[in-house]
Amino acid sequence: MMLDTHHTGSAGAAHAEAPEAHGHPTNTGVDNRKFAMWTLIASECFLFATLIGNYLIHKNRGIDGPKPHEVYQIDITTLSTFDLLMSSVAMVLALYYCNARRLRLFQFWTAVVVVGGLIFLGFQYVEFSHFVLKEDLGLSRNIFASSFYLLTGCHGAHVTVGVIWMLAILTTSLIKGEKWFNSTMVEVAGLYWHFVDVVWIIIFTVVYLFVYV
Amino acid sequence: MLASTHSAGYSKTGIWSWITTVDHKRIGILYAVSALLFMVIAGIDALLMRTQLAMPNSDIISAETYNGLVTMHGTSMIFLFIMPLSAAFFNYFTPLLIGAADVAFPRLNALSFWIFLFGGLLLNSSYLVGQVPSVGWFAYANLTLKQYNPTHSVDFWVWGIQILGLASLISAINFFTTILNMRAPGMTLLKMPIFVWTTLVTQVLLILALPVITVACVMLSFDRAFGTGFFDPGAGGYVLMWEHLFWVFGHPEVYILILPAMGIVSEILATASRKPLFGYTVMVYSSCAIGFLGFAVWAHHMFTVGMGPWANALFSAATMLIAVPTGVKIFNWISTLWGGKIRFTTAALYAISFVAMFTFGGLSGIMHSSPPIDTQHHDSYFVVAHFHYVLYGGAVMALFGGIYYWFPKVTGRMMNEPLGKIQFWLYMIGFNVTFFPMHFLGVQGMPRRIYTYAPDQGWNLWNMVCTAGAYLTALGAFLFAINFFWSLWKGKIAGNDPWDGRTLEWSLPSPPLEHNFDVIPTVTHLDEWWHRKYSEDGKRKVMAPAPKFDPSTIHLPNPSFWPIVLAFGILMIGTGFFLPGFGNAIAIGTSVAGALIVLGSGFAWAYEKP
Repeated sequence: MMLDTHHTGSAGAAHAEAPEAHGHPTNTGVDNRKFAMWTLIASECFLFATLIGNYLIHKNRGIDGPKPHEVYQIDITTLSTFDLLMSSVAMVLALYYCNARRLRLFQFWTAVVVVGGLIFLGFQYVEFSHFVLKEDLGLSRNIFASSFYLLTGCHGAHVTVGVIWMLAILTTSLIKGEKWFNSTMVEVAGLYWHFVDVVWIIIFTVVYLFVYV
Repeated sequence: MLASTHSAGYSKTGIWSWITTVDHKRIGILYAVSALLFMVIAGIDALLMRTQLAMPNSDIISAETYNGLVTMHGTSMIFLFIMPLSAAFFNYFTPLLIGAADVAFPRLNALSFWIFLFGGLLLNSSYLVGQVPSVGWFAYANLTLKQYNPTHSVDFWVWGIQILGLASLISAINFFTTILNMRAPGMTLLKMPIFVWTTLVTQVLLILALPVITVACVMLSFDRAFGTGFFDPGAGGYVLMWEHLFWVFGHPEVYILILPAMGIVSEILATASRKPLFGYTVMVYSSCAIGFLGFAVWAHHMFTVGMGPWANALFSAATMLIAVPTGVKIFNWISTLWGGKIRFTTAALYAISFVAMFTFGGLSGIMHSSPPIDTQHHDSYFVVAHFHYVLYGGAVMALFGGIYYWFPKVTGRMMNEPLGKIQFWLYMIGFNVTFFPMHFLGVQGMPRRIYTYAPDQGWNLWNMVCTAGAYLTALGAFLFAINFFWSLWKGKIAGNDPWDGRTLEWSLPSPPLEHNFDVIPTVTHLDEWWHRKYSEDGKRKVMAPAPKFDPSTIHLPNPSFWPIVLAFGILMIGTGFFLPGFGNAIAIGTSVAGALIVLGSGFAWAYEKP
């Protein structure tokens, strides 16, 4: 959705074939799309801060049903956290090879990001269905469950958006081949992906590790 | 698709050209027209309430209807009138004031408008099905839960706010990027017109405050749709959690409403008094200070809930602190007028009345910053008087001033000045007659949000006076409509620079061409246009000839209909939550179809040539 940078008219025949090629200078020197992504991230920080605060307030207020320490499976979640962090490494490599104009490696690492994201979502599916089926902890069983699902579900939705975005980048690259090394687009998607990972590190700490404190 | 429709073949008229437009000026006009239409509805709400309250024990409308009117009046005036009318000014004038060809993301700009419009229509469609939200514009928990509001009335509110919030967030990111990234060469931050500064601070407030209400609305809709218990004390939820989340958003929201108005007033006063804005830099810093402190005062809406002496003291002190930058601004506006050759145009009258009325509302605001006094005033008509002085006498008066000030630029014609002045005085007198007596009613103990009262309370006289004032204001609004349409049709031709303006938009033809500037200007001064016209000693300069213009350098973004399609998908996602009555399959199917439309049009958008 961030594709439509419109550069000011005086940039001559600047047209949108390869947005980073003509680069009408901005006041800050940062591309508009990248700037907008940083702005969105600022907003998202407040979004997740609210969700995390909400979870911390409610986690021990469940009236019946399981409590946090009774349901979390730290080994599974550690694995999925590791997987998500490694997808960030793949994201760095994808951008690197995009900048280096190495088509196959760029596509390969983009695919790794997609797969990493999908594996994470798979883990989340397994975790949620375990909670619901084995622990009888549905969304509205108690207030702990509600705030837990709201927080981690919102994060999962962000990962889903990231996966769709990276999939779109991969598809575009597969169709257009050597003509399409849109580094700015990949970098903006990367910013988003890394942000979603950083948020998960906080969630992992606050939600899953704090039960041991 | 429209990829072939290049600027040369751009259809300039017809409904289709408005639906697909990505021109910030047209989007600005769309915002303004929608906001004024929603204002008519919200104004009728107010008139109905005042009619009911004119006399004691009146039964013109029922208690339930009255609650709906209170809710819809507040919600619409804030989210469907003041915010979008401010957005109309952001849209139309930000690129012109900073010397840019368009905003950073023209299609996202169109998307914001369509999401806003659909959100507004969704909220207002509650009238059509007779399920008007009746929980107040703050929708306090746990009145909003399913057991107390089993119909869809609260869903209209929560989804309306959710969708409108999304529109504001997208537009805020767009304008934040535009202002910081797309200024003309030479326009440093402290050479930006003051209206651009207040716009910038407003966008920051929106970006940081909206996610909080988003989460609160998600929690509320989960409570209602999926039976979670976030706001249900019986399930371990906190009722007060809603109040905190709402006001963490709600107080910055107050500054979101007033800061654009302050910027408009600053522009009008400097132009009308033919002087630079007094203390421009301090004005910039005080705008930033207001924005910053705006996040630290939310709990002053909650002094009576029993947060304890520490919280009360801290929020009270922070609230008093806000009076400092605000006072600085009032001082600067007065000093701008001082010694100026003031022309009392209608716009100037509105701007001056803003300063007076806003000071009034500000003073009663400082009274409320003290918890013991606030406890006395809480939920009384005194509070109604206070915030109408700030938001109506303040924000709305300034926005009307902005319309009179910029109407010639947008339409090429002047608004009728004598008629404008009559309208101004009707508004000014009507406003004060309506809201000043509410101070008396408040201290006499009349509570807010009651639909009637007994005749022996001693409130009869002032209530009748208030109602008379409301009808005077309505007459003013009617005159405004006449003036507006008459001026569109027959108004005097304005020329480029009717007010002898100071900022770059007055260097352009009225209305400006689609590409704004033939050649992007190079800025050397604050009030650039003034400095091009006049030398330092106030003599008219011979203007430098316009630089040579090569039409082939102009590239305009292509029109696109994907924004409206995507916005419709978002509306459909929300609509699903209204349909469980028709079976879960239909409800879920509608939401999923909406999500697919969002996804599909998002892809089409991404691969379309901008």
